[in-house]
Amino acid sequence: MILKPQANDIKNIGYYLGRIILGLGLTMFLPFIAGLILFKEPNPAFDFLISANICIGIGLVLSRLCKTDKDLHAGPAMVVIALSWLAAMALSAIPLFFSSHYKSFLDACFETMSGFTTTGLTLVQDLDHLSKTHNLWRHLGPFLGGQGIAIIAISFLVGGASGSLNLYLGEGRDEKLVPNVIHTARFIWVISIVYLVLGTIVLGLVGLSIGLRSQSAFFHAACIFMAGFDTAGFAPQSPNILYYHSLLFEIVTIFFMVIGSFNFNLHYQVWTGNFKEVWKNIETRTLLLITMLVTLITMAGLKQGGVCSGGMILFRKGFFQIVSGQTTTGYMTIYAQQFIKEWGDLALTGIIIAMGLGGCACSTAGGVKMLRVGIIYKAFRQDIKSTMLSPNAVVTQRFHHIKTTFVEDKQVRAVLLVTLGYCVLYGLGTLVGVASGYPFLESLFESTSAAGNVGLSCGITDTGMPAVLKVTYIVEMWAGRLELMSVFALIGFLAAFVKGR
Amino acid sequence: MKRLVLSAVVCAGLVFFSHDCHAQATGSLDLLNNAKGHDGKAVAYKGEVIGDIMVRGDHAWLHVNDGHIAIGVWAPKELIRDISYVGDYQRKGDIVEVSGTFHRSCPEHGGDLDIHASAIKKIASGTPVIQPLSRKKAYIGIFSLLFVLLLLPKLLSSGRFRPPKFIAL
Repeated sequence: MILKPQANDIKNIGYYLGRIILGLGLTMFLPFIAGLILFKEPNPAFDFLISANICIGIGLVLSRLCKTDKDLHAGPAMVVIALSWLAAMALSAIPLFFSSHYKSFLDACFETMSGFTTTGLTLVQDLDHLSKTHNLWRHLGPFLGGQGIAIIAISFLVGGASGSLNLYLGEGRDEKLVPNVIHTARFIWVISIVYLVLGTIVLGLVGLSIGLRSQSAFFHAACIFMAGFDTAGFAPQSPNILYYHSLLFEIVTIFFMVIGSFNFNLHYQVWTGNFKEVWKNIETRTLLLITMLVTLITMAGLKQGGVCSGGMILFRKGFFQIVSGQTTTGYMTIYAQQFIKEWGDLALTGIIIAMGLGGCACSTAGGVKMLRVGIIYKAFRQDIKSTMLSPNAVVTQRFHHIKTTFVEDKQVRAVLLVTLGYCVLYGLGTLVGVASGYPFLESLFESTSAAGNVGLSCGITDTGMPAVLKVTYIVEMWAGRLELMSVFALIGFLAAFVKGR
Repeated sequence: MKRLVLSAVVCAGLVFFSHDCHAQATGSLDLLNNAKGHDGKAVAYKGEVIGDIMVRGDHAWLHVNDGHIAIGVWAPKELIRDISYVGDYQRKGDIVEVSGTFHRSCPEHGGDLDIHASAIKKIASGTPVIQPLSRKKAYIGIFSLLFVLLLLPKLLSSGRFRPPKFIAL
């Protein structure tokens, strides 16, 4: 028998949802202040003041109406997370929609969901004339969403250890860096802000060296860092990273994409002096191996197609797109049309594999994740070994991820279920793409890019694509970022609300 | 007779190679969709200069957007002297016509798709875009802020708000 959610559960969900919306509203003061003082763009700045006040108003009313002393349990926490990402999408779309650079409110919602989930697919029109204030918000979205919307609330606005922990887990993260979840959340912010400052300085200096003016260089640097480290792939100008025409800029961007796709736990180990962990960790090893394999496939494809003239050019173009796909960033040094017109099926397949498998767990990257790929590989090895050895032999497999652990059936089952979930998600998006009249490989490419929170596009993502496909990609980005579980929890909650007794 | 034959051969040659010698007016979508066909050939491409002009030695990078896609143009510095406005939120950039060689994978620039300009003609000058302050937006923003500030004491009395130590009230 399904139990109908009680009034207390709903109040609890409303309270925490209100807190998260309130946190989101407070972050909108950043573009408001920057727009008013730094960029001297009063109209865009007021777009953010209005939107911030709407968020704060809704947040305050919700948390006041739903005031409760009950702590948040795991199930409702997942519902809060699923709903808060939808609320964040809709509310953050308000200032973007005010900019008149979006064809419809749905397009603005697509943009914000793409930003918060660190995907990077975009439906903005005439990006090159978008105000710096709105552009800052486009890039701030990935920075906030990459760390996690709930992380903002946990860090500063939510009390109660159990509720905070459940919110943290609901956002697709199952690793704590330090025993206290609030300290973990704050540490994630410390890591991100320190990297943001360093990254902005480095990229800003590179920008100056390639001919950008100082204000432009550091604005671009901050934007590119936020969207690169958080594996989102947004850029302030329409040609994306191709805009800079610089090998040095590409190398620095590759570095930030790679460290952005690393597990926050790995960052913590490095910060605490445990450098050996980088090499010993199953995720970094798997990431290296898969990247090499995919590079070979893509290079072979590019060579076959005769796109690039020299070996170095082939490597530069191919490797950048692969790292971008593998880390699920989505930065491009080619135009979307070139993927289809020039790259050929084999090279595209290589990129699709990279995008589908993704970066590391507990990072801002999307996709299946390297930890899962590594565990699946170990489980297969264990099974093959046990079929080859005597039936009485006990075969075990170990892997190292912060600590050395034995592969367990329960763990493998969970890993395979999530992997299967991602495959279904990739498939469903492909199906809707094909049904909308796009070719199979292009549909698979775009669907994998959306569900894997990558952001590479072969040209399907466009303001002219059918609304049903826009909604499908929004759902894919949302479900992919939350690793499906919170979405299932929301569906279960709604079913219980309707059918429960 | 020899002269006639020679003239005919020269004329035939000119006709045959004419599409290589003369810039072919084209748009960004055509360049991207038929990149192979245009590769290494002279093109004429018209659009608005946007973003930044990045000077690198005696050349510079600029981007020209024809309303669909912005394409990178590599031009000698002397060709960009006339450009006075680059398009962004506060400016409409100069409209230029770039004549040059199109590369779908430029060997000189790491495989970038670009145009190496041999001539840049300014067709129309850009202008600053004046955005008057929208009073409606400002009033709504300020009044909604006042409303939120009035609600704030209610939040502080809700009992479960625990601000972190460094912003403790």
